[in-house]
Amino acid sequence: MGRGYPKVTGVLPVGLENATKVIGNVIHTVKEYVMVIQLHDVVNEESLRRAVEYFKGEIYQRPPLRSSVKRTLRKRNVYEIELLEYRDKFALVRVLSDPGTYMRKIAHDIGLILGVGAHMRELRRTRTGPFKEDETLSTMQEVMEAVTLWREKGDERLLRRVVQPVEVSVVHLPKVMVLDTAVDAIAHGANLAAPGVASVTSDVRRGFAVAVFTLKGELVSLGVSQHDAAEIKNMNKGIVVKTKRVYMQPGIYPQAWKRQVSKS
Amino acid sequence: MGLVERGLEFLDHITERAGYKNDWIVVREADTSSDYGRLPYERPIKEHIVNGVINLDKPPGPTSHEVVAWVKKLVGVSKAGHGGTLEPL
Repeated sequence: MGRGYPKVTGVLPVGLENATKVIGNVIHTVKEYVMVIQLHDVVNEESLRRAVEYFKGEIYQRPPLRSSVKRTLRKRNVYEIELLEYRDKFALVRVLSDPGTYMRKIAHDIGLILGVGAHMRELRRTRTGPFKEDETLSTMQEVMEAVTLWREKGDERLLRRVVQPVEVSVVHLPKVMVLDTAVDAIAHGANLAAPGVASVTSDVRRGFAVAVFTLKGELVSLGVSQHDAAEIKNMNKGIVVKTKRVYMQPGIYPQAWKRQVSKS
Repeated sequence: MGLVERGLEFLDHITERAGYKNDWIVVREADTSSDYGRLPYERPIKEHIVNGVINLDKPPGPTSHEVVAWVKKLVGVSKAGHGGTLEPL
């Protein structure tokens, strides 16, 4: 927090109580930022635009000196980058990129390419995976207002808009819906076996993360799929999802004492 | 509308609102009982809070960490965490 610390604002998903367990998984999702870059001298707008667009695609970055991560050269994808505005040494740039892409570094490097030098002045995150600047985005004041309204007046409407169900934080993942009879076993940490599957989304891939839900849409767990969606459709036995993180409390759904017999 | 349809509608709604899409493959026709569990939007307020996330617009100044500590205290929960710091990258 030393000198020249830029103003950083925007989308910061916060998980409450139980939701703390799964909120960390949005770290691995795509990010969008808007930043103000201060150039150290005036440049021609067309050359600035070219310099900005130079960072589209695969870029190499070495983490900054004071960074907590290992300082090895790493590859990151910049999916979209555009100059939104340029006025009097200040450039407004929008970036959509892989997680862990250093915006400050991009700002600095744009200055190097232009030969005038530059640094990041302000940064605003406009998206992290499923969280973006939409009607759910709430300021600190709105959170305070919502809590006060509920506590003092018993009015929970604003609080229900400010606080979203945990399920919104995993919608970017491929999904599996399970039968009522399979829920409690997973809540106890068991893997999901084929007979418990009701439906899957077509993007489920072997070796990749999935979110597991009840038929009512409640989050049960996060896991790693052992098969592609197309294979799961024809499976009657075997493990479909290895459970990695249980969300639902055990005992909410009944324990299926009898082993399920596949009905297909 | 039955519970299954409403559960599906809920998931599709929040997925599309976030800019993603679900293309479902039905593996087994199934129904769900109203005797246990509930639609996420029907959680009583206290249960809703402890299973909730806030899409917070971080103000300039404090660190992500500090902001989370404030929210935790404000809402009155014992734990809170953020999904990726918003310190200058």
